[in-house]
Amino acid sequence: MKEIMLGNKAFARGLYEAGAAVVSSYPGTPSTEVTEEAAKYDEIYCEWAPNEKVAMEVAFGASLAGKRSFCGMKHVGLNVAADPLFTISYTGVNGGMIICVADDPGMHSSQNEQDSRHYAIASKVPMLEPSNSRESLEFAKLAYDLSEKYDTPVIIKMCTRVAHSQSIVETSERVVPEPKKYEKNIAKYVMMPGNAIKRHPIVEQRTLDLIKYAEETPINRIEEGKDNSVGIITSSTCYQYTKEAVGDKYPVLKLGMVNPLPVEKIKNFAKTVKQVIVIEELDPVIETHCKNIGVDVKGKELFSLLGEFSQSVVAKALGEAEKEACPAIEGLPVRPPVMCAGCPHRGLFYTLSKHKIRVLGDIGCYTLGAVAPLSATDMTLCMGASISSLHGFNKAMGDASEKDTVCVIGDSTFMHSGMTSLANIAYNQSNSTVIILDNSITGMTGHQQNPTTGYNIKGDPAGKIDLEALCRAMGFNRVAVVDPYDLAQTEKVIKEELAADEASVIISRRPCALLKYVKHKPSLHVDTDKCRSCRACMKIGCPAISFKDGKAHVDNTLCVGCGVCQQLCKFDALVDEGGNV
Amino acid sequence: MDTVNIMIVGVGGQGSLLASKLLGHVVMTKGYDVKVSEVHGMSQRGGSVVTYVRFGDKVYSPVIDKGEADYIISFEVLEAARYLPFLKKGGKVIVNAQEIDPMPVITGAAQYPENLLDKMTAAGADVSAMDALSLANEAGSPKAANIALMGRFSKYFGDITEEEWLNSLEACVPPKFLELNKKAFYLGRNS
Ligand SMILES: Cc1ncc(C[n+]2csc(CCOP(=O)(O)OP(=O)(O)O)c2C)c(N)n1
Repeated sequence: MKEIMLGNKAFARGLYEAGAAVVSSYPGTPSTEVTEEAAKYDEIYCEWAPNEKVAMEVAFGASLAGKRSFCGMKHVGLNVAADPLFTISYTGVNGGMIICVADDPGMHSSQNEQDSRHYAIASKVPMLEPSNSRESLEFAKLAYDLSEKYDTPVIIKMCTRVAHSQSIVETSERVVPEPKKYEKNIAKYVMMPGNAIKRHPIVEQRTLDLIKYAEETPINRIEEGKDNSVGIITSSTCYQYTKEAVGDKYPVLKLGMVNPLPVEKIKNFAKTVKQVIVIEELDPVIETHCKNIGVDVKGKELFSLLGEFSQSVVAKALGEAEKEACPAIEGLPVRPPVMCAGCPHRGLFYTLSKHKIRVLGDIGCYTLGAVAPLSATDMTLCMGASISSLHGFNKAMGDASEKDTVCVIGDSTFMHSGMTSLANIAYNQSNSTVIILDNSITGMTGHQQNPTTGYNIKGDPAGKIDLEALCRAMGFNRVAVVDPYDLAQTEKVIKEELAADEASVIISRRPCALLKYVKHKPSLHVDTDKCRSCRACMKIGCPAISFKDGKAHVDNTLCVGCGVCQQLCKFDALVDEGGNV
Repeated sequence: MDTVNIMIVGVGGQGSLLASKLLGHVVMTKGYDVKVSEVHGMSQRGGSVVTYVRFGDKVYSPVIDKGEADYIISFEVLEAARYLPFLKKGGKVIVNAQEIDPMPVITGAAQYPENLLDKMTAAGADVSAMDALSLANEAGSPKAANIALMGRFSKYFGDITEEEWLNSLEACVPPKFLELNKKAFYLGRNS
């Protein structure tokens, strides 16, 4: 059947059709929907793991047991899962195993724009790179066959524009292969030096075999062009930009497999054209390979190392005319993302900002605590880094920082990689104040369940980790819970815990305002007779509050009646439906 | 047929995903090749969002570049103005007349610009403004403003019938909200 499908959904469809049995992932834009969509098929066991390393090891376990497995993550997730990756490359697989990694050139939703192809090269694992939804589906099926044939995990690299664009796919039925038998095989699966030494040459031979495959496979294909003065080597979304920009003007070598890269195919292609141009986003991976095999190409001298490309980026580099556009209107204010109206993080950040407390931050919706007017956050690095950095900061500064520095970390991020950092504080004893922002969901990536929420990926009841008990078990005597909608209580507890002479954990608990089960109060409004235009309510940066005709104004389509602004108004001007404060 | 390029822009959370889904669906059922590029993640949190819809005989790129858009459908006035350089000279802007203050305006660091509709016309755009929010309220919920806007937009495509639009609406909207959205669509189409 023909359908229009999101790239990530098409990928999930490919997993389904190929008989995938076990899926374990950690969410991360733009990879999340592969797993969310896979979870809609009852035939596939799916779960959210606490982090990417766990997810990859779960998928490995399922493969070891003989079933086809999958794990998905965003590009930075592969940093976390790199440890198992490099050694699964040595053990190989039993049932087929696919790893999805989704890059985010242009950093739509990421803290860096690393190029995941380096991981495929470094770990010596084959990598396929689809360029639209149809290929996302087909490559998923192909990857399982390659995985089992060449005894290797296979990485499929997505990027934002493939993952999050919809195009037309052809679906077919699910075919479940015979599960592989599990047989104990110490030499293959127990990676201690004596065995690993023997596996390494097998890995090197596998790469040679895969290069042969790369020479022949139809997913590395040459498309004829009219003008042989230029030949283009490209892959993924850059292939689409190229075709959009120049159609079939120049011959194109379109690579569906980006590791390992073919040698003869590239050399032969180069012989048919005057000048080879490599078009690839981020790092010069294909370009470097071409130069290494003695093929003279142009790449990064024409194209940027930064951000996303588009058809006009390609057209310009190839000397095509630019399009005429409407001129820009000058002086438009920017519209950065903000915490939602009613976001429980707001009250907490307001309190920290009010007292000029240093905040070592982490990754999640609460990263927006760094945005004006709250501007509370001092640092954000990677998931889990808030707690460990606070420990380091306090060890370095001692008394000079312990009483006015905290770290903040979300519930999902704490489960991901905050626990081991907290163990370090418990063990090596710094007088640190750790704030866990428990909004009972993984918010930033669009509401995934996690080990603290009590529900699994399908929304069914599941195990629930008790944060207070966990912190106490690690040895923290001071574990406090606050409601961030209650500014007075939040302020009191933060002051107390900073003043205390031992480490403490504050759990700021209130479910995300966007969760379906959260019941909201009706919108507040401004009693304009009482409003003195002092703008105190605007210090919290709530998108529902603006200034109209010299007075505060509440947008009733956004306000959820959380009442944080009411606590800032000295004149009782923010009132509910009945006119009450 | 040349590829038709449509941008759907607005503020994160205004329902651009449903609007683009509807459009993608209806042009696919007409037999066109189509690509829709969406935004998920960070910018959905009240930031500026843009969705691209492209259809024609053969579509390669999922994105639209400066000077390529035939239409900009905007849920908010400032956002229509922001993406104007993506519009072809003489291209059409269908804009919901709602104004939503971005954070720099809320904090007082900037002002909401005045006369944006006139400025867009002066820049060479064919601007058509409507009050989609009121129509949505009339249909039963402010959340249906996206579909009211699509109703108005549907008038520009003579070769897609009302029935075809409604069939696609049925395929894209959960049954619970179908009546509401149908009403909003009609109100927009007849506005
Ligand atoms: C290693 C890694 N994996 C995944 C992500 C994507 N990501 C960003 S924030 C986040 C989770 C946020 O959830 P939580 O900590 O509960 O905070 P919330 O957004 O709910 O406030 C994820 C998964 C990432 N940035 N890095």
